[in-house]
Amino acid sequence: MSKVLIIGSGGAGLVSALSAHESGAEVIVASKTLPTRSQTSMAQGGMNAVLDSNDSIENHIADTLKSSAGLGDEDQIRVMCEKAEDAIRWCNRIGLPFSRDENGEIARRRLGGASAPRACYAQDYTGLKLLHTLYDQCLKAGIVFKNGRYLLNLIMDDETNRVLGATFLVIESGEVEEIRADTVIMATGGYGALYGKHSTNSTQATGDGLAAAVRAGAKLADMEFIQFHPTALKNSSILISESARGAGGYLLNAQLERFTDELAPRDIVARAIHDEMAASGAVYLDIRHLGEEFIAHELPQERKLAQIYEGIDPVHELIPIKPSAHYSMGGIAVNAQCMSAVNGLFAVGECANHKTHGANRLGGNSLLELVVFGRECGRNATEYGAKYPVPIVENSQYTKDTNFIRGVMYFTNQIDFYQKQEMLANIFYNNVGLVRDDMGLKAVLGAIRQMQKELPFMGPRDKSKGCNTNLVEFIEFGNKIELAEMIVVSAISRVESRGAHYRIDAPQRNDMMFGGHTITWKEDGVLCADFMK
Amino acid sequence: MNISIQRSQNNEYQTYNVELENVTLLTIINHIKTKMDPTLTYSHGCRSGVCGSCAVRVNGREQLMCEYKPSDGDTIEPIRNARVIRDLIVDSSMVDSCNATAIAWSESTKEEGVSNHEMERIETQSDCILCTSCYSACPVYSVNPQFIGPFALTRVWRYVNDPREQESSSKMAAIQTNGIWDCTLCGECVPVCPQGIAPKQDILMLRTKSVMMGYSDPNAAAAFGGGLDFGAPIF
Repeated sequence: MSKVLIIGSGGAGLVSALSAHESGAEVIVASKTLPTRSQTSMAQGGMNAVLDSNDSIENHIADTLKSSAGLGDEDQIRVMCEKAEDAIRWCNRIGLPFSRDENGEIARRRLGGASAPRACYAQDYTGLKLLHTLYDQCLKAGIVFKNGRYLLNLIMDDETNRVLGATFLVIESGEVEEIRADTVIMATGGYGALYGKHSTNSTQATGDGLAAAVRAGAKLADMEFIQFHPTALKNSSILISESARGAGGYLLNAQLERFTDELAPRDIVARAIHDEMAASGAVYLDIRHLGEEFIAHELPQERKLAQIYEGIDPVHELIPIKPSAHYSMGGIAVNAQCMSAVNGLFAVGECANHKTHGANRLGGNSLLELVVFGRECGRNATEYGAKYPVPIVENSQYTKDTNFIRGVMYFTNQIDFYQKQEMLANIFYNNVGLVRDDMGLKAVLGAIRQMQKELPFMGPRDKSKGCNTNLVEFIEFGNKIELAEMIVVSAISRVESRGAHYRIDAPQRNDMMFGGHTITWKEDGVLCADFMK
Repeated sequence: MNISIQRSQNNEYQTYNVELENVTLLTIINHIKTKMDPTLTYSHGCRSGVCGSCAVRVNGREQLMCEYKPSDGDTIEPIRNARVIRDLIVDSSMVDSCNATAIAWSESTKEEGVSNHEMERIETQSDCILCTSCYSACPVYSVNPQFIGPFALTRVWRYVNDPREQESSSKMAAIQTNGIWDCTLCGECVPVCPQGIAPKQDILMLRTKSVMMGYSDPNAAAAFGGGLDFGAPIF
């Protein structure tokens, strides 16, 4: 029986866990938090699938391809769209309480960039209810959860380029733990938290899995593509779901005039808002005309959050908004079987790049992607592990990481990493945000390289061994810095504009030069980058 | 503004003075952690009331830190009925164990269409974020640590009442012991739920359903059993 280690317990991790379990694997899910506390709980809008004859799979494929701006892989997109209905039916079968239409079919709404209403939803709690349904099924299946495990490194057999397992900091005890497995599935989510208070993401979305995968020799793809959600609350970057616009909400400028097509793809709407904020000073989302009954029933979260964070009631008042970093299109490069450049290392969900979103993700495709590819990935990882069981080899990673955890306590702390983290978030939002140029990007790269040098002069100030979240946050910061460099180098290399990557100094798309994926990896610690088809 | 937080290393309340107006408690706690005291330990995630990480007690009442606007003099403590790991972080293993004991999942469903009206029956219960506020507020735990408790019982009702669910007898059997009959119906779990769920009502529904299925209240049997017998000749 093959043993599959899944790192991360969000939607992608739990779908893979169920799939691997069904395929006969022994499954362990290790996560820095608890299964129901992941980023997936925050997804609101829905999950795309074609369920009726007024829409077609071809349309879903065409919309996704168009939004991907040349970087979506048609075969991968086809797999996702063709398996969408089956994925939705599976979710329904295991208990996800979808909202219904008047015919008793799963209700769908139209999201930006979609040619038909095809986002299946459960009020504005689609992600929350998906995640909890998956969690309940994992309990039913007896999946072993190892919670409070913070990923340190993958254990590698360098000679065969084979992953052997992973090391973790057991947060409660402060000890390092080694978990060996035949295959490892990375399902750790995106890197949106790099943007700090300018991100809609959970503060936990620090890209730990991507950083560990790079250190193990995996390649990353299209890291410069970060989707900015057009409508986040102005002061807190808390997300106001696209369904607010899907239901007929307007975007208004400071003169209270509409200025853009609210249902264009996210990159276009976000940039229109960016430009309008620069021109008129403020942009608002107006859903007052939808009526109190509709808002209370269909958008209850939005209403509550606007009241808490902006002190306004959207039933009667305008919602002040700004675009905020929302989704990491970039991720661990994987093949059609979801396997990375490292043998036995799989990746799925936001931490992976399945080449389904390309340069810009369509609303409603992220939950779909994690269900479709989660099911594939769990099965593939099980089969790979059964076919190529991992050899029992001595390995020094555990010792190295134990020494690191001991040693990091002696870092000098002349420099406060929280301050640097905030600075990184601000310069990323300003220079690696919606609008970029060569000079601004290079300035950020300089700042990142400086921070890398300064890391030994930072460190945790809390010296406690057990449950040291200051230590965890410092290692997270290290991962952010590692990824930040790869994002910025990718953004500098891509001297064109495409999807979410907009260069004001190169506003045209250039397929001749940059039609391929930006691949980044490390060779003996040196960052390498190339464009590949 | 002064905020007092119960610290686990000495079990004393530490007071922090933070000059931030009109922000959430989580924003204040983050400010303390990153600018004043990096040893302060707590859980957080989404900042928007859906991940369930940041439940604590403020002046004795359960709140999500990301949804609560603090006032001067507030006292913050970890949630109750759970082992404190450090400061405001508690051992959350009861989430797995209570739900597993209660068989709080779908066993098998039918595939036919169901109306939105029918699905609305479980809308509120399936909004649960497992923040464990209700678990903390429940007084039954001081007498019965084995109690399945409010969040897991609400979850059982969510599945039993799901119009698609075909098999709920094992769940109904699982909640007869240390379950629905152990609840005192005090209602403490209701006002603390950030999602507006009323576990007490769900427990009452489960009791009604149990009686219809032929189960009975073991406490009632104990109260009357062998005691008063109105048919006995002694009267």
